[in-house]
Amino acid sequence: MTRTHYLNVQYGFRSWLLTKDHKRIALLYLASITLFFFLGGAFAVMVRLELVTPPGDLMQAETYNRMFTMHGVMMIFFFLIPSIPAVLGNFLVPMMIGARDLAFPRVNLLSWYLYIIGGVFALVAAVSGGVDTGWTFYTPYSSTYSNSAVIATAVGVFVAGFSSILTGLNFIVTIHKMRAPGLTWFRLPLFIWAHYATSVIQILGTPVLAITIVLLAAERLAGVGIFDPKLGGDPILFQHLFWFYSHPAVYIMILPGMGVISELVTCFSRKKIFGYGFIAMSSVAIAVLGFLVWAHHMFVSGQSIYASMVFSVLSFLVAVPSAIKVFNWTATLYKGSIVYMTPILYAFGFIGLFTIGGLTGLFLSTLAIDVHVHDTYFVVAHFHYIMVGGAVMAYLGGIHFWWPKISGRMYPEGWARFSALVLFVGFNLTFFPQFLLGYLGMPRRYHAYPEEFQVLNVMSSAGASILGVGYLIPMVYLVWSMRYGKPAPDNPWGAKGLEWTTSSPPVTENFEQTPVVTEEAYVYQVEEEAPVG
Amino acid sequence: MADIAHPAELAHQFEDMDQQLDSSVFGMWVFLAQEIMFFGGLFVAYTIYRGAYPEAFREASHHLDLRLGGFNTVVLIASSLTMALAVRAAQLGQRAAIVANLLLTLALGSVFLAVKAYEYHHKYVEHLVPGLGFSFEGSHPANAQMFFVFYFLMTGMHALHMVVGAGLLLYFIHKARRGVYHAGYYGPVEIMGLYWHFVDIVWIFLFPMLYLIG
Amino acid sequence: MYRGFPLFPEAASSVARGVDLLYLFMTAISVLLSIGIFTVIFYFALRYRRRHPDEVPKPIHGSLKLELFWSITPFLVTMIFFGWGTTLYFRNYDPPPGASEIFVVGKQWMWKIQHPDGQREINELHVPSGRAIKLTMATEDVIHSFYIPAFRVKKDVVPGRYTTMWFQPTRPGSYHLFCAEYCGNQHSGMIGRVHVMAPSEFEAWLAGAARGKSMPEAGEELFHRLGCFTCHRADVSGRGPVLEGVFGNAVLLQGGRKLIADEAYLRESILNPGAKLVVGFRTRMPTFAGQINEEGLMQIIAYLKSLPPKKRLDAEP
Repeated sequence: MTRTHYLNVQYGFRSWLLTKDHKRIALLYLASITLFFFLGGAFAVMVRLELVTPPGDLMQAETYNRMFTMHGVMMIFFFLIPSIPAVLGNFLVPMMIGARDLAFPRVNLLSWYLYIIGGVFALVAAVSGGVDTGWTFYTPYSSTYSNSAVIATAVGVFVAGFSSILTGLNFIVTIHKMRAPGLTWFRLPLFIWAHYATSVIQILGTPVLAITIVLLAAERLAGVGIFDPKLGGDPILFQHLFWFYSHPAVYIMILPGMGVISELVTCFSRKKIFGYGFIAMSSVAIAVLGFLVWAHHMFVSGQSIYASMVFSVLSFLVAVPSAIKVFNWTATLYKGSIVYMTPILYAFGFIGLFTIGGLTGLFLSTLAIDVHVHDTYFVVAHFHYIMVGGAVMAYLGGIHFWWPKISGRMYPEGWARFSALVLFVGFNLTFFPQFLLGYLGMPRRYHAYPEEFQVLNVMSSAGASILGVGYLIPMVYLVWSMRYGKPAPDNPWGAKGLEWTTSSPPVTENFEQTPVVTEEAYVYQVEEEAPVG
Repeated sequence: MADIAHPAELAHQFEDMDQQLDSSVFGMWVFLAQEIMFFGGLFVAYTIYRGAYPEAFREASHHLDLRLGGFNTVVLIASSLTMALAVRAAQLGQRAAIVANLLLTLALGSVFLAVKAYEYHHKYVEHLVPGLGFSFEGSHPANAQMFFVFYFLMTGMHALHMVVGAGLLLYFIHKARRGVYHAGYYGPVEIMGLYWHFVDIVWIFLFPMLYLIG
Repeated sequence: MYRGFPLFPEAASSVARGVDLLYLFMTAISVLLSIGIFTVIFYFALRYRRRHPDEVPKPIHGSLKLELFWSITPFLVTMIFFGWGTTLYFRNYDPPPGASEIFVVGKQWMWKIQHPDGQREINELHVPSGRAIKLTMATEDVIHSFYIPAFRVKKDVVPGRYTTMWFQPTRPGSYHLFCAEYCGNQHSGMIGRVHVMAPSEFEAWLAGAARGKSMPEAGEELFHRLGCFTCHRADVSGRGPVLEGVFGNAVLLQGGRKLIADEAYLRESILNPGAKLVVGFRTRMPTFAGQINEEGLMQIIAYLKSLPPKKRLDAEP
């Protein structure tokens, strides 16, 4: 007797491609962003292969420039920005608040189709030779000089941006209006707080990128000099408009990850999270402050010394809420009851690597130091520590944690722990040398480099090969587990949270009856508080 | 099965009609927030260049037809009035009034778009469309071209939103004629109204910014 | 520092050590903090591992004191970093008075350097040690960035404007010069060398180096060839303002605005004359955009800067 649930309630392409079920849409996203992850990864492999030797001998400069650009464009816009919100968020937000679906299921499906259309444009751009402007599209190179598929890529990013906006819109309305009875704001899981903050950024920031792309495309098509000084335009205006979105965008990429980590740490310590209020508010603080720091990408572009000072101090401020989270996660472990399942291993990895990544951000906020390391591999190392060591690890930790709920199967724990370890080692070997390379002066986006930088580059490329293996193994066993994994119980981890009260996998409507919430989040034991310290 | 507790118009994810209406209206406000950021980016870029080239922008702006712009402003405000009346009619379940007011709104919106099309054509004939044989007799042709780039982008983006609005109006008129909207279910008309008012407000900003310099 | 496994580039400018010191300080704090957190996590993970499957620890909600402690402490630490870094930056921002000037033009994909006396270099920059050098920089096409790791200095060159930076070399030697803003195909080929020489050797190099006319002479030649002199005469009878002594002095514009004529103003006046019109002149100056490149502009400006100021009747003191 097989139970009916959201995966088997209907079969066939139409039931998937026209679904309104947030859980199926989450899986549609899972499949498509995984594709883009491996495409973006393939471009990275080409980059690291070329950089094994100092001269540019593997491919022409023109090709190399397209490789690193496509790597950045695909990873940022088609993998990282959607990743946790579109897969885990879509799946879990309604379930965590006791709802049957998001507020606007058809808008959710539209969001996925927009993502696909954007992705198609990006793929068309890739096969027609790619784009070579760097993912930052600085003018006037991108508007006047580049001979590559700028418009196709720009359109792809534009459309995918609306996918992101609609996801954020859906989450905001759902969280505001559809919480189960008794689920007040300060009883919400921290995953929800994180996604709420992320959604605010998506709504307010992404449209500015959209209009920037429109301006760039208009200039490229009509040659009208919006950013071309010869016609009265200002190339620095592009940078301001671009970074006004693209800096908050990095918080779109990390906040959901932080939400995941909060869930993992509390569950695998079997203990209420330490400092719930502070963690929730820190997500909001990061979202707000994140909009105020964009010109720290422009310290050496000729802007006034006073503007630089303001953006520098604000950039330091935005680090403080992140630090608060790290300390609160650590404190949650204190006197907890900890088991070393794969999700918490990813969480440990996240906390370690995010700490390093975040601290190196302070170096970049420091004016005198940024002058030296701006546009070098120091920056590349910094953001990969946050986005890969941070966000991707959180994503994988979350995938493993909720895999039993999503698929109804357990993944093989041994292989999973092994891959987490391989990833951790491979990651550090790939990106730590790049901090050293950066301070030594190796600029980024370089196809060829002076001999003295070779040793560190070889280390980095070697690490990348290990990293690649670490990503491939979960592909294999997760797919394997969908058929052959042990059937999962409703709550294999003994976790708190409304999603764990449903079956694994859940029925389409999630809950037979709308639950009523009577307690705070993460109540693993109802008792008087233990004294602190 | 539709009944008092579960009217046919209640979507399955909502508990009751109140939650559905509340969520839809809130959703439209969130959508409008992002539209404000979208147009806002354009306005900021325009304002920066206007500050940099005040004379050129003023000269270029004089080539816009103030009477047509003013006329269009009145037309659009009137269409917001008829839209508001349509929402009111929907709340009261007055089918004929809903249809009539939506039709009027559509008509007024179409007048606006027609005038805009005429203005655009005129600019094309005068060689004031950047990228299509632009030529400006004045002291700063490059900066005047910048004005016209923003003129077309801003009014064009606005017009695009109006075309979408017109399409939506057609859809709502079709539904309203079939009696879909009544006192218990008028949310879609209300959010259509919000969207239309927003498009109107964007024009209220555009008109002085572009037509009334100096 | 170049032996074995280098962690720092050579320190060859007056600010390099200061930057390295701050970097070391921040690294030390970061390492301490990281090791601290990793150790605590490691310790907690071991000490509080689950002993039996049913154990449920007591909840600990939080502690306002701890929260404030680890909010305020990071805040203070970051403010120390900010204060130190900003002070260094402020101090290093303006060149000392009397700095020697060198002019740089970036273009896809090379750096062209002009010394005031006319020595020209491509992808090489010779400078004397112990003297402050101010670079005035422009680009012919896209954004590039002039980066000398050994000096710990970098500045973008942005089309349509001048950017400046300065340094004082301290150690003779030969150091990397990189373009640090992606600029297209040969971005990683837009590299070269900065040669720091003892002052006497530098003078010798100047004397023997390949040179054209000095920049003021080249500028004067352009001034005549392009016909500037037909309107800009040495007396007020010209159709354009007198340019003797214009640099560094106030200019009164139509509409009442006053500004100090600097390199950017002179450059703009040649390329986009209508942008700022001087009071008292009716004739429209034609634009010379397209007829003169960035190097030529620098030469004309050098020429104008070299003119002795005469009594000027067309601008307020």
